[in-house]
Amino acid sequence: MSTPTSNTNPLLRAWYDKETRSVIVQIIAAALILAFFSFIINNAVVNLSNIGKDINFSFLWDNASYDINQHLIEYSSTSSHFRAMIVGLINTLLVAVAGIVLATILGFLLGVMRLSSNWLTQKIAYVYIEYMRNVPVLLHILLLHGLIVSSLPRPKGSYNFGDTFFLNNRGFQMPSPEFQSLFWIVSGFVVGGLAFAWWFSRHAQKVQDTTGKAYPVALINIAAIVLLPLAVYFILGSPIEWDVPALKGFNFKGGMVIRPEFIALWLALSLYTAAFIGEIVRAGIVAIDHGQTEAAQALGISNSRVLKLVVIPQALRVIIPPLTSQYLNLAKNSSLALAIGYMDIVATIGGISLNQTGREMECMLIVMGIYLAISLIISSGMNWYNNRMQLVER
Amino acid sequence: MKLINKVLTGVALTAMTATAAQASTLEDVRAAGELKCVVTTGLAGFAAPDANGRWEGFDADFCRAVAAAVLGDGDKVKFVPSTGKTRFTMLNSGEGDILFRNTTETLSRDVDLKLSFLPVNFYDGQGFMVPAALGVTSAMDLDGASVCIQTGTTTELNLADYFRANGMSYEPVPIETNEEGFTNYVAGRCDVYTTDASGLASTRAKFDDPTQHVVLPEIISKEPLGGAVRHGDDQWHDIGKWVVNALINAEEMGVTQANAMNLAANVGKNPGINRLVGSEGSMGAMLGLDAKWAARAVAQGGNYGEIYERNVGPNTPLEIARGLNNLWNNGGVLYAAPIR
Repeated sequence: MSTPTSNTNPLLRAWYDKETRSVIVQIIAAALILAFFSFIINNAVVNLSNIGKDINFSFLWDNASYDINQHLIEYSSTSSHFRAMIVGLINTLLVAVAGIVLATILGFLLGVMRLSSNWLTQKIAYVYIEYMRNVPVLLHILLLHGLIVSSLPRPKGSYNFGDTFFLNNRGFQMPSPEFQSLFWIVSGFVVGGLAFAWWFSRHAQKVQDTTGKAYPVALINIAAIVLLPLAVYFILGSPIEWDVPALKGFNFKGGMVIRPEFIALWLALSLYTAAFIGEIVRAGIVAIDHGQTEAAQALGISNSRVLKLVVIPQALRVIIPPLTSQYLNLAKNSSLALAIGYMDIVATIGGISLNQTGREMECMLIVMGIYLAISLIISSGMNWYNNRMQLVER
Repeated sequence: MKLINKVLTGVALTAMTATAAQASTLEDVRAAGELKCVVTTGLAGFAAPDANGRWEGFDADFCRAVAAAVLGDGDKVKFVPSTGKTRFTMLNSGEGDILFRNTTETLSRDVDLKLSFLPVNFYDGQGFMVPAALGVTSAMDLDGASVCIQTGTTTELNLADYFRANGMSYEPVPIETNEEGFTNYVAGRCDVYTTDASGLASTRAKFDDPTQHVVLPEIISKEPLGGAVRHGDDQWHDIGKWVVNALINAEEMGVTQANAMNLAANVGKNPGINRLVGSEGSMGAMLGLDAKWAARAVAQGGNYGEIYERNVGPNTPLEIARGLNNLWNNGGVLYAAPIR
């Protein structure tokens, strides 16, 4: 009589079974999530159709009708919205890649400075890092843009560097190269030099592994990639003509210009992210047991090789995963370009095109898709690098 | 499979009923007790908060007139500031009930952006402002200049067209708000600021010495500015449309802020005025409002002429002459449909 009824009820019995219960809970959770998203999507579709709108991407082929100041590919107001989007995408990638490069260099420098035994060096890095990473990056961007635009002279009073480079509040004007037909020979030598350097590094490593003999790899590679093509360039009689900017009317004509919007965004993103990378690098280096350094020193190898062969490879294993998320942050923060009018992907397809066509949903989907793709590409690249750097267990 | 289908249909149906059950805008506004009016983020003379945080200006007064007609109190307006880019999304998503934001009526906005425009309340055109020191006298001299433009506006497209048509080059400097345009122009990031002539007048009035800046003679576009509502609610569109018409008609008939309520109190000799102020006929009931809707709208901020003179007219810092914005019988093009 005292047997609990629960044991006889199959439903309750299933509930008391740990595995069955977990499956049930997961099914319910998945159903709720599915219901939530279908509600949201349905809501959007229904509301759009209520005001007579559909989801349609054909507007991408209409004339954009607006101009973009910075376009690395051919673009005019008669180009399509799709082309405007590509122009914006290239501008986003440009600032993201340039930002990642500068942030990495500065970050590693800051990380090493933070560990310096020199009091001043260490404190400078400390103050810099604390200031930069505790102020929102948007303010850095606005501050830099304001500084460039307000404090640099107007085109007529430009800082003149040998009548070739000019700095003013419209940007940094410099000569642009016009490649002559013979230039492809020089390019051929650069490509050849790169191929040689790749082969030579591996070869030198092999020789060193078997015989212990070390080649001056860096020197030889630089000679192959830079010096030889340079020599060829001069032998061929300098097959590049330079289009030098000159002041005509309101602005400089000819040459190329790096606009204040790009400079401000690039510097602000790099300086800001470098502060975080500096801390990551410091943490990575500190994480290496001091015994490792001592053991390497006991072998009698020089300090720079201790760093290169023992400390840095191990530190990188700690550094790379958080470094990846900093790169992602930088790429995504580049959308703050909007605040100063840098024509990135958000300002073009997600801004002007969106507004002129009224296709909010479509434009936002495109912009989100593009950021997702950029981020996934960065992470997969960094994951690949991370796997290469992991401890190989034999 | 059947079960899944049932569940999905259920979800979809709930979603549809949840979204489709929408009251009319008039009911929504009455239920909320306030009119959400989409305005600019700040353009002196058109809509900008004063020192006490009260929104003042031409567009702000039209918002108040509508609120007075619909809710009986012109101060029951919630001003929703928007940039050139966000304005239509805000209106269409229901963050605003009506838009008065020096907005140009165009075919694509009317049709493709799903807006319904109210009658034009300001006839404008795009112009250029340059520092007087540059010595530029015509827009045709602007080849190679850097031009500040607000993004998401018709000006942006006109500018591209104008320079292309005249074979000139320029560097567009995109900015979000009038304030940002002002800052960039003052700092010399751009040589030229372009927007509607009224906006230029408003910006120019902000300089310590406005004579240092000249507005070039070329007007490169037609910019009929007007209010707008969402597509699909004809009653609400009618209300907005007739409030604007009422304000213009009021000026024509001499109904003013001062005398509107008195005229409404008793039946006068002029049947036109009687119909406007609601002492005769049932115009208000046709719109779903009470009889004195128009009288209240006028009593709130005055008729069209009073609103114009107070905010942007020759005696204000903006100094914009009536010009096209005068009544048809005074040399302008304001010709409002009659209230009858």
